[in-house]
Amino acid sequence: MNKDNLNTIILFVGLVLLQIAVLNNINFLGYINPFLYILFIFYYPIKKIDTQFIFLSFFLGLAIDVFSNSGGINAAATLFIAFIRMPVLKSIIGKREIDYSAAHISKLPYYKAFLYIIILTFVHHFIVFGLEYFKWNNFGIIIIKTFLTSIFTIILIMISYTLIARKK
Amino acid sequence: MQQIISFLFKNKYFILFLLLELMAVLFTIQSHSYHKSKFINSANFISGGIYNKINNVKEFFLLREENLRLSEENVALKNLLNLQEKSVSQINTQNIDTAHSTLQYRYIAAKVINNNFRKNNNYLTINKGKSDQIENDLGVINSKGIIGITKSISKNYATVLSILNVNSRINVKLLNSNYFGSLSWNNKDYNTVQLLDLPIQAPIKIGDTIVTGGRSTIFPEGIPVGTIKGFTTKNNNYEYINIKLFNDMSAIGFVEVITNFDKKEILDLEEKTSNE
Repeated sequence: MNKDNLNTIILFVGLVLLQIAVLNNINFLGYINPFLYILFIFYYPIKKIDTQFIFLSFFLGLAIDVFSNSGGINAAATLFIAFIRMPVLKSIIGKREIDYSAAHISKLPYYKAFLYIIILTFVHHFIVFGLEYFKWNNFGIIIIKTFLTSIFTIILIMISYTLIARKK
Repeated sequence: MQQIISFLFKNKYFILFLLLELMAVLFTIQSHSYHKSKFINSANFISGGIYNKINNVKEFFLLREENLRLSEENVALKNLLNLQEKSVSQINTQNIDTAHSTLQYRYIAAKVINNNFRKNNNYLTINKGKSDQIENDLGVINSKGIIGITKSISKNYATVLSILNVNSRINVKLLNSNYFGSLSWNNKDYNTVQLLDLPIQAPIKIGDTIVTGGRSTIFPEGIPVGTIKGFTTKNNNYEYINIKLFNDMSAIGFVEVITNFDKKEILDLEEKTSNE
């Protein structure tokens, strides 16, 4: 087992534990619980086609679901952003072919990384709350929750991102 | 055929994604239906075990409140004993045979190791399971009132469908009259639930106490629920009745699970009647 794999496993388990033990109980302003665990999606090394990554994101979401009794909500949302990660990244970086070794989030310019994080976080949260309510007449509350929770998730992810980027 | 295979091969990444996504959505739909979520729940041994560990830490901070509640309950029980002493001594004790006593309810103490109250469908996880004779569809209460109904059971853990759940319907009645209604939740405030289907003839006013009705086989009659906080009428019907719970659903430590020994007999009888 090489060092990258070990890092991935530690990150996976660490984020799940952090999410279920601490972040799911924050309830800021009544209902805001940031989903920091999707940091895994941003941190995972970028490759062109990566089946392992798809499976890992699915099981990451499923692990969160098992602990919060939410069926497959987080699994669906996490898998979806894992899948759209490449297209989003491509359109943010530009049309030219991506240099995969240099496309890791810690090597992106700050504002590009920020945009990338904002887009994926919003999509993820929208799917989570959309599936949780599952009704069109709750559309307003879905949007409000998505927006407020996203702000907090993004703040937490940007803090972690700054720490990671500085270390490298 | 070859074209189909080569198409599948070319898009295997996308197809893998599609399959997994479909699976996740299936899990979600399954969890929305009442009795079906079998293994994606926090009653399995890994998640139950981890929640147990986390709770050991959390419990430390709740001890004060929990002790207060227990001592209050002790006082109430002692008062009850004092009341009964006189009447018990007058009963002819010869007839009391404990081996054949018609005990209807059994209480099992359990500890809540995980508690949700901010979501659309809230669940609690408790640290008693099949090995402690917990089944599904048993009522869960504490001294202040009702909490929920057990749902999924594993060997040592069980999940409880909280009353803060848009799917939950619990039969309740007014304390001072015999009008029945059912308890529901509109997902607004975790200390307020709604009373539905109460007939307009029932006289209610703010502050009236609501207790469980004897119609369900899950809860015994007369377990406290809450007090009426406000109501409106529309078209000569109660539009909504808000009930403030006695329990603070955000701080629940120890609970009791109620087994009704007559439940099977009652259900069998009712089924027999409806089949005739």
